[in-house]
Amino acid sequence: MQINDLIKQTSGWLKGTGPHSEIVFSSRVRLARNMEKILFPSWADQKAQEQALALIKPVVEQLDQIKTDGLVTMMSELSPVDTQFLVERHLVSREHIAHLDAKAVAISRDETVSIMINEEDHLRIQVLEAGFMLDACGERISAIDTALEKSLNFAYSIKWGYLTACPTNTGTGMRASVMLHLPALVLTKQINRVIQAVIKLGLTVRGLFGEGTEAAGNFFQISNQLSLGRSEDEIMDNIKRIIAQVIEYEQNARQVLLTKNRGKLEDQVWRSYGILRNAHIISSAETIELLSNVRLGSDLGILKNITKEMVNELFILTQPSHLQKLEEKVLNPPQRDAKRAEIIRAKIK
Amino acid sequence: MVCQICGKKNASVHLTEIINEQMTELHLCEGCAKDKGIAGLGQPFGLQDLLAGLVDFGAPVASGKKTTLKCPNCKMTYEDFRKLGRFGCSECYETFKESIEPLLKKIHGSVQHVGKSPQRSGETNNANKELQELQLRLQKAIGAENFEEAAKLRDKIKQAEKKRAKEKSE
Repeated sequence: MQINDLIKQTSGWLKGTGPHSEIVFSSRVRLARNMEKILFPSWADQKAQEQALALIKPVVEQLDQIKTDGLVTMMSELSPVDTQFLVERHLVSREHIAHLDAKAVAISRDETVSIMINEEDHLRIQVLEAGFMLDACGERISAIDTALEKSLNFAYSIKWGYLTACPTNTGTGMRASVMLHLPALVLTKQINRVIQAVIKLGLTVRGLFGEGTEAAGNFFQISNQLSLGRSEDEIMDNIKRIIAQVIEYEQNARQVLLTKNRGKLEDQVWRSYGILRNAHIISSAETIELLSNVRLGSDLGILKNITKEMVNELFILTQPSHLQKLEEKVLNPPQRDAKRAEIIRAKIK
Repeated sequence: MVCQICGKKNASVHLTEIINEQMTELHLCEGCAKDKGIAGLGQPFGLQDLLAGLVDFGAPVASGKKTTLKCPNCKMTYEDFRKLGRFGCSECYETFKESIEPLLKKIHGSVQHVGKSPQRSGETNNANKELQELQLRLQKAIGAENFEEAAKLRDKIKQAEKKRAKEKSE
């Protein structure tokens, strides 16, 4: 698979399928692993990083998920639009494109597996699935971890677990997170209370693109904070229980909107639909808010000809680098705002 | 209130951190806050900056010993770790273990890994589980102030570690 093939498909985890997909956009588990004794990426000079890369890359390339038509590329071989493109697709982190030397990424055909080499740790493995599928992510990623450790000596201590560059990740090296769409909790003004409760229970809440981003489009990413002193199963059980609660709160809030405020809700949904169908210039900020309303409208049966997959696709396609890849050339902001509107009008009927 | 790092200027930057229902407060003057990389309002700082600032606060100050400590594998000093907020290699953990224990306790509320371990060999795995189990019990005993039990466990652990080291070298 080549990088230019990605724009032609919908990521496997974006299909709007899976359990509770009206509320749970996607589930994600990420593992951090390092090699024994080899200097961690932020402390190693370029030569040492390249040595680590030379050891790790061949092993990653042999994984089943990557061997079968996956994409493996050095970050330095990508254009600025392409590196940004991978961030927009949630396949690499922003950190991974800050400095491109001696870094690589391996992505499976359906984009549900992504492995970064020489990010903050030697290996950052990620598995993404559509809907509330944390267990499936956990099983898949553990299998990948086990396969990799047959050929790679991971840094591990009985006391501190898997050793990571940053002590906040030591132990299981695992971060489990779920991306939730919570428009009803926002509209009924309960969201802050729910977030505070979630934080008190040891989880973090972030925006659409992780650390330091805002909760745009009513999207909230909830993940575990602590990785030492609890097993992978304990971490998963804890977050699953809490997410199940949040899902229930959102479902209740949606019912409240339907029964108590139907007229206002329908108006908001239809107006958003109207703008998306007709605008000729539209910013990404406005797009994300309107798509959120339309997604809610579709979930609640107010808009009959909009599917979850359609809206999910648009969330991704309307981002800056995606627009440029669709157009196959670099675009300035006003051109992007026009192209964005064009894509939306084509997809939303 | 006086700055908790330099002890000289008035504290004007107040940080509160709540992890696992444990609250830690840090009061700094502007100068020390800047040194620690905790910039003014509007500039986002990551958890690692905060950590680097917390590392030498709360831990006992050993005279000179800590600051000259250097990882034999990657040459990172403790000072380097405080500045970067990240370790240089896997051996850093053992090298700086005295200071890491309170740090990990602060972050995770625990210093003992439970969970997956590499399947290097079936035998090592069982010995691992035993050691983990013993270390967990030791922590609990210390927490419950059951020091007799803790001493017994500590001796058991030493024996088990010796045994494991012997097995590894064979």
